[in-house]
Amino acid sequence: MKVLVPVKRVVDYNVKVRVKSDQSGVDIANVKMSMNPFDEIAVEEATRLKEKSVATEVVAVSCGVAGCQETLRTAMAIGADRGLLVQTDAELQPLAVAKLLKALVDKEQPQLVILGKQAIDDDANQTGQMLAALLDWPQATFASKVEVSGDSVQVTREVDGGLETLSLKLPAIITTDLRLNEPRYVTLPNIMKAKKKTLDVVTPEDLGVDVAPRLKTLKVSEPPARSAGIIVPDVATLVDKLKNEAKVI
Amino acid sequence: MSILVIAEHDNAHLKGATLNTIAAAQKVGGDVHVLVAGAGVQAVAQQAAQAAGVAKVLVADAPVLAEGLAENVAAQVLALAQGYSHILFAATASGKNVAPRVAAKLDVAQISDIIAVDSADTFERPIYAGNAIATVQSADPIKVITVRTTGFDPVAATGGQAAVEAVDAVADSGLSSFVGREVAKSDRPELAGATRVVSGGRGLGSAENFKLLDPLADKLGAAIGASRAAVDAGYAPNDWQVGQTGKIVAPQLYVAVGISGAIQHLAGMKDSKVIVAINKDAEAPIFGVADYGLVADLFQAVPELAGAL
Repeated sequence: MKVLVPVKRVVDYNVKVRVKSDQSGVDIANVKMSMNPFDEIAVEEATRLKEKSVATEVVAVSCGVAGCQETLRTAMAIGADRGLLVQTDAELQPLAVAKLLKALVDKEQPQLVILGKQAIDDDANQTGQMLAALLDWPQATFASKVEVSGDSVQVTREVDGGLETLSLKLPAIITTDLRLNEPRYVTLPNIMKAKKKTLDVVTPEDLGVDVAPRLKTLKVSEPPARSAGIIVPDVATLVDKLKNEAKVI
Repeated sequence: MSILVIAEHDNAHLKGATLNTIAAAQKVGGDVHVLVAGAGVQAVAQQAAQAAGVAKVLVADAPVLAEGLAENVAAQVLALAQGYSHILFAATASGKNVAPRVAAKLDVAQISDIIAVDSADTFERPIYAGNAIATVQSADPIKVITVRTTGFDPVAATGGQAAVEAVDAVADSGLSSFVGREVAKSDRPELAGATRVVSGGRGLGSAENFKLLDPLADKLGAAIGASRAAVDAGYAPNDWQVGQTGKIVAPQLYVAVGISGAIQHLAGMKDSKVIVAINKDAEAPIFGVADYGLVADLFQAVPELAGAL
């Protein structure tokens, strides 16, 4: 069984981005870029499926600028067998990415696509579900446990108030939540090995996909700032303030 | 112009998030219709019909819709989509699950997690964990939207008298099936809509110590939340997670206990009315957003606070 794992290059989660003064976007020049954390969990899960001999090949794919090759190398250092980049400098919105991924799925014919549930830059939480819709495949989002058996996969999902378990017919789409696994540390020997793995590059034109954005960003602004309050010396003062000043208890 | 709001429910009760979503729909302007898709949902339909500002309730009642499977619910929405200018879901686990499936099938962009409606085609949404607010405009004929419930005050739950109309339910997709559900039983209010929240972080040190928050939450009638660090460490279940990748809350009172205040956490609670932080590290970033900060050992301060209330 082949597993496809899309990975996104995003601003590292430790970086606090700044809004540009002309409100045209956020300033991401010279900031650290990393693989989206939920995608790392996806690569780890696919790698574990391969280690359990459930998967035969793990293909990491990314859509975006040339720098995404680094992200793919990281995926290959975790355990992906090869990489595939759809290279473009164009702005890519989730629907366009889902269409690019559909074209790759048509070509690669995986039985399972595992994606992160959400990218931490645009916080959209759309691509996996959109890909499932375009392919007419079943989906299990926010997965915390994945078990493949025969021609189906049983997935436990994080939902409001608890957990829910679904059974999907393969081929299927899974998106990862936080507790699915803890991605391994990438070792130096594996980084060296990853450099020798195959990384193919195609363009949206090669795949015949129109990636024109559907949403126009009119402006990007700072959220209203919340100012710091006061430090109270003890619990008694805190209770007094909550009762008499804030009037919330 | 008509707007379709997809009701959030458990087949017995209409969830509060639906009322916030109806409020967002009213800001767009136009007739607001509510779709109740489920099994044995007549009571839910009646509750939706009473919500203020609803013109019509559509009910799709069939066993294939009982468990809210994304494939079936999306198909149900798509069967009704034509004729609507906007389709709104609450940005909850189920709304986020289904909405993009509907958008992709309609070949339109989805606008996620809106916090404000500027006009019928222009919306505001947080990006980068709420460190920036993007104003986006959609040119698509149908706008598929998820609504961050904390961005909109709910409409009144009663007072409305909408017509209730049955619609044909879709057939089962045959692609997925429901196996089971483990719902944590709790007498506490639901985290997402609670007016008071007590949240714990890594400072609590263990799952055992997390119970320290119970008496305080009991006294306040509060829901219990957790930081991502605490969930990561296994101190608390994931559905307690408050933050960028968990739940977004905006209660009247938010008490952060042993939480340092990473950006990812602040993204989920900084719209709370009053924030209290209890942390022994005076340099913790949480104090930068707290109205009242108490620099203290939480193992002493929390029981003391619970005792004083």
